Amino acid sequence: MSAIKGKNNLIGASIPRIDSPAKVTGKALYAGDIILPGMLHGKILKSTKAHAKILNIDISRALALPGVKDVIVGKDTPCIKFGNWRLFPNTQDELPLAVDKVRYIGDEIAAVAAIDPDIAEEALSLIKVEYEELPAVFSIEDALAAGAPLIHDENKELKSNISLDRKIDVGDIESAFKTADYIREDTFVVHPHSHAYMEPCATLAETDSEGRVTIYTSTQTPYIVQCLLASTLGIPENHVRVMKPAVGGGFGGKMELRKWEFCAAFMSRRTGRPVRFVLSRQEELESGRRRHGMNLKSKVGFKKDGTLVAKDFEAYLNGGAYNSMGPTATFLCGNFGAMLYRYPIYHYRGYHVYTNLPPAGAMRGFGAPQAMFISESQMNMAAIDLGIDAIDLRIKNAMVTGDKIEGVTTISSAGFVESLEKVASETKWKEKKKNLPKNKGIGIGCYSFISGGVFNWFNTQYNFSACEVRAYDDGTAHLLTMSCDIGQGSDTVLRQILAADLGLAVNMIRLTAGDTAMTPKGDLGTWGSRVTLMNGNAILDASKKIKEQLAKMVSIKFNLNVIHDVAFGDGKVFAKANPKYGMTFGEAVTLWVKANRGEELIARGVYTPRDKGLTTPAYSFGAQVAEVDVDPDTGVVTVEKITTAHDCGTVINPLGVEGQLEGAIQMGIGYTLSEQFAMKNGKTLNTTFLDYKVPSAEDMPQIVSYKVDTYEKEGPFGAKEAGEGLAIPTAPAISDAVFQATGYRCKDLPITPEKILRSKGKI
Amino acid sequence: MPKVNVKLKVNGDPYEVAVNPSGTLVEVLREDLHLTGTKIGCQTGDCGACTVLVNGKSVCSCLTLAVEAQEKEIITIEGVGLSYDKLHPIQEAFINEGAIQCGYCTPGMVLSAKHLLDKNPNPSELQIRQALSGNLCRCTGYARIVKAIEVAGEKMKNPVKEK
Ligand code: FES
Ligand code: FES
Repeated sequence: MSAIKGKNNLIGASIPRIDSPAKVTGKALYAGDIILPGMLHGKILKSTKAHAKILNIDISRALALPGVKDVIVGKDTPCIKFGNWRLFPNTQDELPLAVDKVRYIGDEIAAVAAIDPDIAEEALSLIKVEYEELPAVFSIEDALAAGAPLIHDENKELKSNISLDRKIDVGDIESAFKTADYIREDTFVVHPHSHAYMEPCATLAETDSEGRVTIYTSTQTPYIVQCLLASTLGIPENHVRVMKPAVGGGFGGKMELRKWEFCAAFMSRRTGRPVRFVLSRQEELESGRRRHGMNLKSKVGFKKDGTLVAKDFEAYLNGGAYNSMGPTATFLCGNFGAMLYRYPIYHYRGYHVYTNLPPAGAMRGFGAPQAMFISESQMNMAAIDLGIDAIDLRIKNAMVTGDKIEGVTTISSAGFVESLEKVASETKWKEKKKNLPKNKGIGIGCYSFISGGVFNWFNTQYNFSACEVRAYDDGTAHLLTMSCDIGQGSDTVLRQILAADLGLAVNMIRLTAGDTAMTPKGDLGTWGSRVTLMNGNAILDASKKIKEQLAKMVSIKFNLNVIHDVAFGDGKVFAKANPKYGMTFGEAVTLWVKANRGEELIARGVYTPRDKGLTTPAYSFGAQVAEVDVDPDTGVVTVEKITTAHDCGTVINPLGVEGQLEGAIQMGIGYTLSEQFAMKNGKTLNTTFLDYKVPSAEDMPQIVSYKVDTYEKEGPFGAKEAGEGLAIPTAPAISDAVFQATGYRCKDLPITPEKILRSKGKI
Repeated sequence: MPKVNVKLKVNGDPYEVAVNPSGTLVEVLREDLHLTGTKIGCQTGDCGACTVLVNGKSVCSCLTLAVEAQEKEIITIEGVGLSYDKLHPIQEAFINEGAIQCGYCTPGMVLSAKHLLDKNPNPSELQIRQALSGNLCRCTGYARIVKAIEVAGEKMKNPVKEK
């Protein structure tokens, strides 16, 4: 990793996370740590049926239990539907609590608030729900079969369980395939995957005497929660204040309004007391959001020399019972299917299918791990058939800076070829592949990812990203932003960006983040790897305005020639050509305040990706090589080494990026080898970490990584996405390595010892 | 059910609490003593977020009954470093090596590390990984946590005099 530090030695500096002292001493407060006087404890009653009409709910015994302060069912609420896709209200298919019907095991039916959690739990057991069971469907095939029950029969526009589809047609696919020398068509199945963030969701809500709600909640999108909570409660948005405390991981799983957020707010309004919900791991694993399982089909054509000719890609997403973020995953899966290589002709058909499973939502990579598992596996299979090395085949077709998908996107920077070359040389790829010892394998997988999305599905009226910067006469600044640090490190990176630009030390920047009553309205929060690029640009916008004002002060004071540039560094503002014409940052602010008769120096900064195509302003790229050992008797795969080369533009904080990479590999190994939901008739059977196997410290391989230098002109100081896309390459890389070791080619994730042994006829 | 009185010493301070016979130590620490640095990630003994030291041994406080802690000495994360200026070498190393992301696993990790280094100041990488096998982290991939424990171990063996 390069040691050169840009701008004021802060861009590219491995500054330890600013929040780490609080976290390492246990002082950081997460939502479930906050205790308010008089606080009640909430619990939610969930459906035990996968698909059923609710005939009656009897809450009388629960209400009569001493210590119970409130019990609510769907009919008590304003019954307003919600969902993140506000642009298409018809996709907003969830009610805060089920009213007539439940659609999956875990669908929320009623909620209780009591003086302690045990009483609340006991009250749940006293609520009697009478159901009339309906036929349920769990697989995509069953959901689409003729005569399948319609899960959302209330939506008269839907004629089947397909809630939404997406088409992409670039070029004439039929004629293109006629020109191909080699065509392969594959069908893949990918499984759902739990975020398994370590902090189970928690929310605490309180209501003031005028009915205004404040909620502290484990979220990555305070603005989205604010809007949807206000609409479901039927109150003005400004009557809802969402505050994001420390968040114990999100990975996409905390970016919607959740039922317990509604229930906490609603019951705090009814009882006048604070209400807290803390989910259990069992609840999280049993019915929490998850990455989409998909059925995928891809036909891809090549010329003899390996040149790609066309791709026809089809994805069916098992969305579970509600849309959640599934529509976005359906769109993005199609966009990612077109990435990495130059497909002159590309078709995509994506279908989001309702089933009676727990809803799938956004998860790290957002449609890309699935799309690229099949496309990367196909590259590896095609390479063998074409007799071309898998890395050479990729280099031949790789996207490069300046490439365009007409009308969709422009690749403004790409270090993909360099990444491929780097992993090839560092792992001695070709040599190793030729001389593989028995039961050893080496494989490759690659990725590309977005730096925030362009598509405005939330239909926000405000700028996509915003911040406020206040400059003070004591030489400090205050940055207010809705971007949320959920573990990825944005509190540190954003302060680094502002400090670098204003020439202040990082600890001279105070940060207020994720408080909808304080931070500028409308920033959509943390998802899709948008924060560094989008909020970073908003910060530079605000910073520029502050600097212009302070430069004027220095200019006037020292009578600078108009051609002189004014620089900011070391806490000073000075003429670049002659630093003695300068003053401290604080003195410059003081002068400005005096010149403006007591005004406070404040600037707003915004960023909205206009004219940046339909997808994202910038893409990251990378290549990863996995080396594995497979035990021939047990089929157990041990990942020995993972080598990555990636292009994420300018790295603002190398320590943070490295940590993201290592964490992504852990998640990728889990996705590929050990994490799998065991389902039976819509019920999740493995609801503990004993049975849902997240890789431990002992399961991790040696990790080596290289950074490819690029400069992304769309990003602040040249930065772009880092860390999310890295969740993508590990599965195809390991799968390819397992194939090299065993001859087993996985088309049905996860890779299990059983599947390997079966392929060898050993069981 | 009648409550039981439990006397325990937490981070050197004496406490007496009336607990449910079935109440767990983590509930007492968090809800009664407001020591919320100890986290709950699973309540089934599988994640290690609730790790504390009881008479010097690391335990999952979610699986330990509060009544079992009767007359015992308990160290939680709040008792590891006394203040931001007086952090334990393990805590310093966690910060400097980038071993913390969301931080939810961190208190448990620090206590497992302390338990290991108190017993074995010279652990191999494998021993560190084994010692952490009961502590799950979803963010870091463990690499920097392992490194931090190595660095802390070195520092604890050769303490540098304060400047
Ligand atoms: S909360 Fe105790 S081990 Fe997970
Ligand atoms: S830092 Fe997030 S779980 Fe370990």
